[in-house]
Amino acid sequence: MKKSVAVTGNFGPKVRSDCEITLEIKHTGGISFELNSKVKALYGKSIKSQCLEILKYFDIQNARLTINDSGALPFVISARLEAAVKEITDASGEYLPDMIPENTNSTTRERFRYSRLYLPGNTPGLMINSGLHSADGIILDFEDSVAPDKKDESRYLVRNALRQINFYGAERMVRINQGERGLEDLEYVIPHYVNLILIPKCEDSYTVAKVENRIKDIQERHKISNEVFLMPVIESALGIENVTEIARSGSVAAMAIGLEDYTSDLGVQRTFEGLESLYARSRLIVASKAIRIQPIDSVFSDVNDLEGLRKTVLSSKAMGFEGMGCIHPRQIAVIKEGFAPDAAEIEKSKDIVRAFEDARALGLGVVALGSKMIDAPVVNRAQRTLNLARKLGLLNDNLEDTNQ
Amino acid sequence: MGGKTIINAAGREIPLEINGKPVIPFKGVGRHKPEGRKYAPLIPTCTDFPDDGNKLAGSLEEALLKCGLADGMTISTHHHLRDGDLVSNTIFEIASKMGMRDLVWFPSASFPCNDPLIRYLEDGTINRIEGSMNGPLGRFVSEGKMKGTAVLRSHGGRVQAIQDGEVKIDIAVLVAPSADIFGNAKGTGGSSACGVIGYAKADYMFASKVIVVTDNLVDFPCFPFEIEGNYVDYVVVVDKIGIPEKIVSGTTQITKSPDRLLIAELTAKFLDRSGILKDGVTMQAGAGGTSLAIAVFVNEILKKKGWKSRFGFGGSTRYMVKMLEEGQMGYILDAQAFDLDAVRSVEENPNHIPYPVFNAYNFHSKGNLTSMMDIMILGATEVDLNFNGNVVTHSDGCLLHGIGGWQNCLHARNVILPLPLFRDRIPVIVDKVTTLCGPGELIDVIITERGIAINPLRQDLIKSVKGSGLPVVSIEELRDEAERICGRPQKPEFDERIVAVIKWVDGTVIDVVRKIKT
Repeated sequence: MKKSVAVTGNFGPKVRSDCEITLEIKHTGGISFELNSKVKALYGKSIKSQCLEILKYFDIQNARLTINDSGALPFVISARLEAAVKEITDASGEYLPDMIPENTNSTTRERFRYSRLYLPGNTPGLMINSGLHSADGIILDFEDSVAPDKKDESRYLVRNALRQINFYGAERMVRINQGERGLEDLEYVIPHYVNLILIPKCEDSYTVAKVENRIKDIQERHKISNEVFLMPVIESALGIENVTEIARSGSVAAMAIGLEDYTSDLGVQRTFEGLESLYARSRLIVASKAIRIQPIDSVFSDVNDLEGLRKTVLSSKAMGFEGMGCIHPRQIAVIKEGFAPDAAEIEKSKDIVRAFEDARALGLGVVALGSKMIDAPVVNRAQRTLNLARKLGLLNDNLEDTNQ
Repeated sequence: MGGKTIINAAGREIPLEINGKPVIPFKGVGRHKPEGRKYAPLIPTCTDFPDDGNKLAGSLEEALLKCGLADGMTISTHHHLRDGDLVSNTIFEIASKMGMRDLVWFPSASFPCNDPLIRYLEDGTINRIEGSMNGPLGRFVSEGKMKGTAVLRSHGGRVQAIQDGEVKIDIAVLVAPSADIFGNAKGTGGSSACGVIGYAKADYMFASKVIVVTDNLVDFPCFPFEIEGNYVDYVVVVDKIGIPEKIVSGTTQITKSPDRLLIAELTAKFLDRSGILKDGVTMQAGAGGTSLAIAVFVNEILKKKGWKSRFGFGGSTRYMVKMLEEGQMGYILDAQAFDLDAVRSVEENPNHIPYPVFNAYNFHSKGNLTSMMDIMILGATEVDLNFNGNVVTHSDGCLLHGIGGWQNCLHARNVILPLPLFRDRIPVIVDKVTTLCGPGELIDVIITERGIAINPLRQDLIKSVKGSGLPVVSIEELRDEAERICGRPQKPEFDERIVAVIKWVDGTVIDVVRKIKT
């Protein structure tokens, strides 16, 4: 038996860019509408007509609708209202805001995933400008950052965000829930050009296969075929034991390690030095590198300690990780800078490549830089570093500094 | 109201008369030049004052009585004690008890601590406020509840109105953290130190009567004085003139908001790549979190290039003080001190110099400091397609802020407004500003998190950042982007009644604020 009154969204002194909607279905009397909003003078009329249109779409003729609004954008209002309608009626169909063209691109398996910004899936205020901070990816999260009783409504919000927020080229990622709820989450994001799905607490390839099959199924139903990559998050001892088979599953483009849960599974404390997770991290890196996917490190949870973050990033990079999660925009620059080749590395690579090219031009078989012999793997690594620097915009095509 | 109106040179409809006085409509920037001689206060005679120089009065009430407080008088105050001011409300409490009617309060700014004055606006003690209004006071005025019409002036416009006789101050009540019996006074010392008290300069020079109120009476001479005792009629000593922690903030802080930091970073990049930054550059930024972040980023660039700033104009903060003390800035010329480090510095450091707005923003002056500044960082609630700016009202038309020095600062060489494209759902870049405070011809660059718009009048700046990699777009594109995200706003609805007029720096009326529909 469904409830007769639904309350969705958030409202309070600290809440911005969101609204709280109370919807009560009635049997008679038409629609009564009440709006308390700081933007009433500017958007009162449009909020009302938007809401009436949505109610009409879901064929609701008699209801009492109350909105407490702190400047929610239109896509937020529709998500909140649709969530309320679905909570107390059997209405079918989806009220979809326009899909902005900027959000229909696909990404590639190899693209950089140095920094991914986690965004709680039910907090619109944090989503709106998230793409401006130049993270390689943004993660709209259904899992740990959404309260259990808000998980249903977050689906409409994340769906609408994927259709409406310009993320300015960041890869659009979603972390689904565990188990059956997670598979159901996919219904709300796969049809809306999500680029990558994070599978939390992944412990076996069977879980990956289930996600993959569900994605295929949804794509067939919606007649779409854009590529969706997977990033399993390994957060347990069992997951680490199965990490090789997980890595081999078809669409997996990267694997991340989640150290809070992993150390808790081991029954040990997570330390700054990280000795307790050294094996797990190494194992995940080797398994990833073996089949050319990206190993991604855990998030660094103290957002005020940028120096600690910097150290962690450098040791991460030295181990072989190719990215890290961020929980605050201010971590992004530190992470990107840390993973990018530094000036000395670039200069040395330039010298090696030049020496190699000079030697080739002279028809020399052996290449030397100073007193050191340079062999093929060294040249290859130098080439890779320069390509990376170019892709990151640190060098132009003529190998000159772009002076950023 | 509902009287005759006229369209001014900015295209705004304004009344011909405000508070029973004729109005001069805005004529364009630099067009209005009053002639004749400055207004002069009454001629005093030194024999009317005690030979021993002791001008102490027993209480503020006694001093006000001796000054001849009467119905309809104009009482001025300065705002250096900010939200910690304990004296300005007391004036009207006393006046109310004395049964005064229709006074005009002429502050250099008002703060939330002045909200209790609503009572005296309601009971008729005060007819109107000519000065800034915000918070509940702003709403009270916007709802049409004030008897007279509010007059909003810039800090410089206030000095202009005092000098050309547009506002005749009957009694100036000037709080001072330190004073002597003769009336010499300064902003340092005592428990209510605020650093400088430059906003009081025009008041003490031109008011008919001047009362200095202090809680720290020092032996003559109180030196270095900012208020000259030769202009002062009475000195009143009270227990406390202010609440220290509300006068200055312990420490001003750069913003922690990632979105604002992004704008600050973009602004610093723009100043660098446009070539505006140079050795000796002069800059004024406020005490807001974003402005402070810009100052910090700019200083990093200066350091990297081995450059220094010749001087900065305060509102001073610990960040400016740090530049001064590290030798990155030659001088601080200071109109107000915002935090404890700034107060300490102005007392200790001979290169941290009190510099009243009378000298920096004065329309009736032989030149001004602001037009000599290279970089001016300012805010706004709205900017429109003609680069016109609004700082006094919310987009819904409700009075929100005073003008402060904003209009005066528009005369700097490069006026830069770092702004979010929208606040929650409220677009900042709009078709037409709700209230016009500054003409677009004086606003050069708008820097938002989603792009930079340069005023087409500044072709030199447009050229200077070509190929710089900065996201330069047209102001129309910014407006479109804001509307795409927020939706197109409806026009807020207003009543006919005019609740406030906005003066331009020269005393002409540039726009009016009408009563909001509630």
